[in-house]
Amino acid sequence: MLRVHCPLCGERPYTEFRYGGDASRARPALGTSSLEAWHDYLFLFDNPKGPHREFWQHEQGCRQWLLVVRDTATNVVREVIVARNAGPGGGQGPGSR
Amino acid sequence: MYRYSLLRLARHALSDRPWPRAWRQAKPRSHYDVVIIGGGGHGLATAYYLAANHGMDRVAVVERAYIGGGNVGRNTTLVRSNYMMKGNTEFFEFSLKLWEGLSHELNFNVMLSQRGQIVLAHSPAQMDALARRGNIMRLNGIDAELLERAELRRLLPYLDYSAAARFPILGGLLQGRAGTVRHDAVAWGYARAADSLGVDIVEGCEVTGFLRDRSGVHGVETTRGRILADRVAVAVAGHSSQVAGLAGLRLPIESHLLQAFVTEPVKPFVDHVISFGPELFYICQSDKGGLVFGGHIDGFNSYTQRGQFPKVRQVAECAVALIPGMSRLKLLRHWAGIQDMTPDGGPFICRTPIRHLYLNGGWCYQGFKATPAVGWCLAATIARDEEHPLVRCYALDRFARGGESLDEYGHGHRPYRH
Repeated sequence: MLRVHCPLCGERPYTEFRYGGDASRARPALGTSSLEAWHDYLFLFDNPKGPHREFWQHEQGCRQWLLVVRDTATNVVREVIVARNAGPGGGQGPGSR
Repeated sequence: MYRYSLLRLARHALSDRPWPRAWRQAKPRSHYDVVIIGGGGHGLATAYYLAANHGMDRVAVVERAYIGGGNVGRNTTLVRSNYMMKGNTEFFEFSLKLWEGLSHELNFNVMLSQRGQIVLAHSPAQMDALARRGNIMRLNGIDAELLERAELRRLLPYLDYSAAARFPILGGLLQGRAGTVRHDAVAWGYARAADSLGVDIVEGCEVTGFLRDRSGVHGVETTRGRILADRVAVAVAGHSSQVAGLAGLRLPIESHLLQAFVTEPVKPFVDHVISFGPELFYICQSDKGGLVFGGHIDGFNSYTQRGQFPKVRQVAECAVALIPGMSRLKLLRHWAGIQDMTPDGGPFICRTPIRHLYLNGGWCYQGFKATPAVGWCLAATIARDEEHPLVRCYALDRFARGGESLDEYGHGHRPYRH
């Protein structure tokens, strides 16, 4: 089973987490009027077979949004940081449901 | 074609003459009118209809591995046309009609079994939703019958109707013409029929790049050399993003895992295909007696072809909640297929921004039942360089145009939610 090492809670089964999707896409700046930019942000995916930057929320633990780098070809998790510490280019949280 | 018939069967039974190969082991030629990437059900069906309907015989299907090893052999073999949204309704009914004549068309018994599919309702609201779905189907000339609880008890006596049932069963919607098909036979039947019309089926041939210039695509680079082609179609379920990426395209697709399960064989008792209302769960019984069932995708994108165990448990819980008699059955096998998931749960059959490159992908849960119609419509789209009327709703730019998404269940735009 996939296990995610939460920086705050330690290693936990993925069932404690909520998946938040691709984290590699940067949201267009507020006020961007180009529909193409919004379309690409919302609907297009790199969908790599290899390292994938993605969001998970530790829903049944510390409830922090995490930024995880997972290899989609092997499901091996390579890196986990708290999303708010990701800095520029780390993407922003997908927001509330 | 070496036609299969009762007489042939008798002759082979009486002699030790071996049956001939169903299709040639073709070597790639240097040039074709059409190259189809992906030798799954969709790719083979497309090649067959290109030859049969449009008289194109300089066609090749290039397959990375072997015929029948991909999703055409990994699905739960269900065929049905109980869709509700305009576009889907007509397309899947066209597909079911093609299934009904397919064994004769291909001279290969695909073992279509129209045993009927019943979607169950567990609340008055679900009953209303099924009535609406049934009405839309009937308005489109598709058979649908709303069943009350008493009728279900007669038809499906093994479901849990007790007061302790986790979800009470109120009724269901029956599509009598829905059922199952032997999926391997679909791959083999289309491969054999296409081959007999001159299509080259090249196995063990992986596409590594596209040949293109300003005027569009004019061939592919493969592990078995360069193949020139006037038109190229991509039909690679699960790896659409990778192959389209070779041509520089980004797609509205994520690759997710869908698991399927088979129990040990038991005597026949599940006579229909049954879908459970509270969760996505579907079950039927194979000719060998195994109960074949499946549920939702695992929930995060992956190419591993190995499912996660919590999903096994969840699907097994659905099975036992619906059919308590299954609780002591042993699970014989379970496996995962990589499937394209799209923002609205609908597929793509269309031209692409690159001229002479055609896309078929994004099939989510519904690729197998669509196989004949995909072949028919993609072949027409390639031959005429214009989308077949039945697949205009499956365009790649429908999200950019807005208001044309095909979200049957209203799950929103995140692929992993469908």
